[in-house]
Order: sequence, then C-alpha cells, then structure tokens
Amino acid sequence: MFNILQKSFRVGPATADYPRLAPRLAEQFRGCPEFDFAAWSDARPAAEACPTGAIAVRDSDGSRQVTVDYGRCIFCGECEQASSDGAVKMSRQFELAVTARRDLVLIAEYALHSDGTHAELKSATSGPAAEELGKRISMAIEDLLGRSLSIRQVDAGSCNGCEQEIVALNNPVHDIERFGIHFVASPRHADMLLVTGPVTRNMELALRKTWAATPEPKIVAAVGACGISGGIFGANYASLGGVDAVIPVDVYIPGCPPRPEALLHGILLALGQVRQRVARARLLADEPPAQPKPAGANT
Amino acid sequence: MTPLFEELRERFPGQIGSVKELAPDQVTVLLNEPDVTGIARHLLGEYQARLVTVFAEDRVNAEGLFYNHYLFDHPGDTAWVILKAPVPADHPSFPSLAAELPSVNWQEREIQDWFGLEAAGHPNPRRVALHDNWPDVHPLRKDFPLNTVLPPFEGERHVYRPAHGEGVFHIPVGPVHAGIIEPGHFNFAVAGEPILYLQLRMFYTHKGTEKLFENIPIHRAVFLAESISGDSAFSHGTAFCEAVERAAGIEIPARAQWMRVILLELERIANHIADVGAIANDVGFVIANAHAGRMREMVLGLNEMLTGSRVLRGMVAIGGVRRDWQQAQVGAIESILAAVEREFSDLVLLLQASHSTRHRLERTGILRPEKASKLGIVGVAGRASGVNLDIRRDHPYEAYRHLSFNVPVYQEGDVRHRMKVRIDEVGESIQIIRTAVSRLPEGPHRAPAQPIPPDRCALSAVEGWRGEIVHWVRTGEGNCLERCKVKDPSINNWPAIVEAVEGNIVADFPVINKSFNLSYSGTDR
Repeated sequence: MFNILQKSFRVGPATADYPRLAPRLAEQFRGCPEFDFAAWSDARPAAEACPTGAIAVRDSDGSRQVTVDYGRCIFCGECEQASSDGAVKMSRQFELAVTARRDLVLIAEYALHSDGTHAELKSATSGPAAEELGKRISMAIEDLLGRSLSIRQVDAGSCNGCEQEIVALNNPVHDIERFGIHFVASPRHADMLLVTGPVTRNMELALRKTWAATPEPKIVAAVGACGISGGIFGANYASLGGVDAVIPVDVYIPGCPPRPEALLHGILLALGQVRQRVARARLLADEPPAQPKPAGANT
Repeated sequence: MTPLFEELRERFPGQIGSVKELAPDQVTVLLNEPDVTGIARHLLGEYQARLVTVFAEDRVNAEGLFYNHYLFDHPGDTAWVILKAPVPADHPSFPSLAAELPSVNWQEREIQDWFGLEAAGHPNPRRVALHDNWPDVHPLRKDFPLNTVLPPFEGERHVYRPAHGEGVFHIPVGPVHAGIIEPGHFNFAVAGEPILYLQLRMFYTHKGTEKLFENIPIHRAVFLAESISGDSAFSHGTAFCEAVERAAGIEIPARAQWMRVILLELERIANHIADVGAIANDVGFVIANAHAGRMREMVLGLNEMLTGSRVLRGMVAIGGVRRDWQQAQVGAIESILAAVEREFSDLVLLLQASHSTRHRLERTGILRPEKASKLGIVGVAGRASGVNLDIRRDHPYEAYRHLSFNVPVYQEGDVRHRMKVRIDEVGESIQIIRTAVSRLPEGPHRAPAQPIPPDRCALSAVEGWRGEIVHWVRTGEGNCLERCKVKDPSINNWPAIVEAVEGNIVADFPVINKSFNLSYSGTDR
C-alpha cells in the first residue's frame, strides 16, 4: 500500500488541462490538410493520391469542381506530397468536430485550361445543404445533460483504431471524468452513443437495437473517417458506410483515429460547451467566417 | 532444392506437379489434385511442420480453376512451404483437414463462405464469415462485384449448441459489449459460476477488406492495410508492403529497414504496456492501469514525433518509409525510451508487490502447452503456453537478421504468464530499439517508386505485438492486386480462449479475454 501511495506522490498530477490549455503536440503531428484554393493549379494529383476519395475532381464543360471532404480524410499527408504548387499544406488542426455533415465538405469551382490544369477560382463554398441531421441537439438536451454525460461506446465495425483513442480518454492524462463524463456499460444508462464505423452489414441490427435501447433525449456522435463516411472502406457488399446511413447523427468527429483531444472537443461540442472550429465557407476570402454558436446560446 | 522436396517427390510421385521457388525463403509446391491430406500429414508428422494458414484464390478467369494454398512452417528452416492445390470450377470441393487440425476450422469455412468451395467432411460446416441470414453469395469470387447491394439484414438466425441439465443455463453476451471493445458474441453455458463451455460468434466487423484490396491501386492499399487492425497499423502495413516489395523485387534501403524495426518495436511496447495495465485493471488494481495509461501516452507522444501519428499511421510505404528522421527525432527515441523504461520497472515492482493481483492471475485461464500446440496458437498467447515461435527470430525480415534477442517462453499458460511474456518483451523491445538506434545507417529512407509487375506472388510474415501476421499477394495489371490474403494472429488464437475459460468462473472471463487481447477486426476483416 505504502509503495503505491509513494509512487503516486512521486508522479504527481498527470492530467493535461485541455481544452483550457492547448495540448502539447509534436512538431511533426499531422492534423487536417488546408487548401489554398486560389493558388491550387491542379487538384488531380492530390485526388489520385488520396487513399479515401476525400479529394474528388469532376470536370464538365470547361469547368472543374473540386470537392474536399474532411469526413473522409485520414490525415495521411499524401495530398500535400502530390501537389507541387504548395497549395496544400498539412496543418496541426485537429478540432474538426461539426454538428452538420455538410460543414465538413468544401467545394471549389474552377475554369478549366486546355492542358487539363485549372486556374481562376470561380467560387468556393461548403457542401450542398444535406438533411439537417445535425440540428437535433435541442434545448432539452443542453438543459438536461449540460453538467454530466454518460456515454455508451458502440463499435459498429471499426478497425479498433478509434477504440484505442477512446480508451485513452479514460487514462489520467486525458481523464474525461473531470468533465462529469463517463463511459457506461449499457445503452439504457447512456445519454450519448459514441459510434465508430464503418457500419457493417453484420452490425447494422445491433446498432439499431442499441440506439432504440438508449432513452431520449440522446445524442449520437459518429467517430472517425469510417464512422462519418465509411472512410477507406466506403460502402460495399459488407459495409453500409457511415453511421448516419443507419441512425441519426448529431456530431461528427473527423480523424483516423481522432486523437483524444479531438474526441473531447467533439463530445464537448455536442454539449454546447465548446465552439465549432470548422465553419461553413470559411475559405471564401470575401465572406466572413460563420459565427460558431457560443456555449449555451439557445438556452 | 532442399531434401524436403526431393523426399516429397519420391513419396508422393503422382501428386506433386512442380516445385517453384518464389524467393529464397518461399517455395510453392503445385499439386495435381485438391486433396492435400496425405502430404499435410506427412509434413506435420515427419517434419513437425505447422499449418500456418489456408486460403483460396479464384483463378477461374485466368486458368479455369480455383486454388487452395496451404502455408506450412517447419522448424529449423527459414523457408516457407506453400502447397498449392487446384480445385476444379465444375466440382468446387476439397477434403477438409479441420477434423485433424482444429486450427483451420474457421479458415476452411471462410473459404466455403467467400469462394463457394465446399470443405468436404468438415465437422462443423456451417457458415462463419458470412452470417446465417446472408443470401447465397460468394463475395471473393471474381464475378461478384465489390459494391453489390444485398437485401437488408433481418437479424441473426444462428443456433447455438444447447446445454441441458439441472442448474445449467446460457449467458449470451454481445455483440455490443459493456467495455470499450470490439463486437463479437460470446455464448457461455454455465453451471452455477463455472463455465462449462464457450461458443464464439465472430465476423461482426467483416467489411470486405480482402475484396477491397483487389479493387484499389496498391499505393492506396497501403492505407487499407493500416486499417486491418488499428492497434497493429504499422505491423499490418509493413507486412503488406513487404509482400508487395518481394513480389516486385524492390530492395528497401538499409536505413528504412532499421526504421521499420524501431517502429514495429514501439508498436509492441505501447500495446504490451496497455495490456499489462488492462489485465491489472480487470482484477481491480486500477492504479496500475493508470500508470500504464500514462506510460502509453509517453510512447504515443514519441510515435507522433517520429511519424506524425500517435498510432504510427501514414509512415510505412512501398519501398521504405514516407518520412525521414532528423537527429533530434532520433535523440528523442533514446530519452523517452529511458523514461518509459524507468516507469515500467516501477510498474512491474508495484504488480509484483501486490499479492491479491498475483492471486487472481495465477492459475486463471490456463491454456496447456499440449493444447496450445495442437490448436496452432501463436504469438504472446502461444509463448506463455510453451509454443516457442517468433517470426523475428525464425524467419527474420527487415533488419532483424542482424539482431539477437531473447524470446520469452513459459509453460504455465495462465493469465499471469501471458502478462509476464509481455513484461519480458517490453524489456527486449527497448534493447532492440537501442541497438537499432545505435546502428541506424545514413542514406535514403525509401527506394524510388517503380511500377509493380503483374502476376507475381509473394508472402510476407511479421511478428506483430500480438503474434504472427501473414500477407500473401498476387499482383495484377495497372499497379493493382489480384488477391491479397491477410492472416491476423487473432484468427489462430480464438480457440485458445474457448479452451482457457473452461472451468473458470464467469467473473474471470474479462481478465482471461484481456490476457489474449485478440483483434476482432483482424479476424473479421
């Protein structure tokens, strides 16, 4: 007993004070890629290199549409390597959670040159208005759950990469319990389902049943590129793709896997305790970025 | 040609077609018929060989038939032996080995489900990889498109073996579990507290990985390999790249070989530390787990410094590694490793001083050595039960051929010794990394990209932290693959859990399961 206490005293507090303080990131850490759409002369090499189809190029009648989907991105850095013009740079940004799927999608329209490159950015916007799944977080949830949260984690088919980082939320460094948030053993005790994907055909029913067993009001967070979009697996004979193909999702947490701070950011975003960092159309220079919702704004 | 093949040719003259050396350490023996029973028995008996894996390949379009590949490993020889047995397309059936070799039980049924080749005489020929409600499809056949849309899932109809008797009942658990773990179904038959037997149902996370490998270019497939089992991202990524490199004859630079060794060992250290903590946690020693979690963060921080990713993703590449290291990064390895080593030895002291922990772990979940070798158990679980296998030593790859290290092997086979193997291996891995850092040569970190020639086959094996990972590829046209077989150690080791829990109380199941810590995703793919 004495040796246990002695060790704990020697170690002292281990917890990092995120989100009050920025996490200590290695200089080499790769967050999401950032795109200088105006300077990007050719998106094709990046699209070709991208392992998950997060960057897609579509040409029609002398114009080119380039779509960037952070919901598919695995932060591998291949697009930066492939783009010789320096328009794609890996950033250290990881706080990418959003409440609407479309906020993760950026679209740029270009005029097409005859040699296949493009220039002259015509417009850059966020994705088309999809269903407003992200708006389910109601006043009631914030009122009820603002101070504590019980999470049931559901692996709906993941590679277990996300599970590793979710487990790390419970270690003394990330210590999610300091927010009054804890993981529970049953969906019947849960306020939030933290779901990783892709949702496999063999897990679809179990996911539906788990969702049905969770009492209202409930929040669903889709974790990781696979949970958001199916990631590198996409949809195939055995995979249905992202979590929102099966149950409604309130918050999307990109990453492969999202680091523990990114998961925390997403969970706290669902609770309205932090701001969404990814704002719609933030890449349009002449338009101010959308104002993220301050904590508790609609209460 | 080694005497083994001369002898096989003499003993089975009608059966052996040709012998082809893929590489100095991999020999394929082409047979004339689907039946490998005789030769397999001979290899297992005479040569103490071990059947590592069996997998099928659809060559109907190219050659008008299917092949089954039986991969054998035999002691005292670094060469792998692959028996390649043709299975005719018009009579898709092959004699099952599962009755004699329980280790291929699931793998033969996988072939039935995915390729529609019947494992004739299989003692339990029911579906395994596609659940009971799946329509009659064989997704790994070439005429089945990856994106086929199947009718909606309507629930599981699997029938478990019933248990009868006074006070005997079933406890169904999963697929959604109480902890933060992957999905699978455990069906316990219990008489009071003790477990009579355990039935497993896996493949809940089957996501078409092997099919997907055939549908994306190789440079993207490297990232898919990292997602076979996320906790072994670097090991699976390396196994995949090595298989392709061998198929294409790509020599990887010496610096990259040593860098891969360092990263493979870091993956081992991070996972072993987490497991040691988790095992302690499952018997109530929570503070030990807290220290382990803290230490794991130290290792993950180092991973991030070395690769940009806490879990070593996006680093391994065909021909080497994607990013080189500066001197400061190499320096960080030594300093952080020294701190981890100090902390870990403190943790081990805490564990050793805790008599209640020892009491709970000792003689819990015993897997006897004779059972372990019969079931073909590999990796940590095997070494705790007398199975003296380690790919790094037995089939050295990368720079392991220049390294010497101890392989801890125990005979006890209980939870405590599965933990002990991990503790010993953390120490060995730290020494391996130190040696690797001291010998890390200068030079390029990646061979120049080159096109991958079609129709080449190669095998690679990597000792992941959990055990033996095997990838086998056949390259195709246009920098794609015709086939990629993935064998995670988990698929070998699930039967060990069934064996180890028998007679234990239900309350000890979590810690027994944790002491194996198998990958569901690696199993299900």
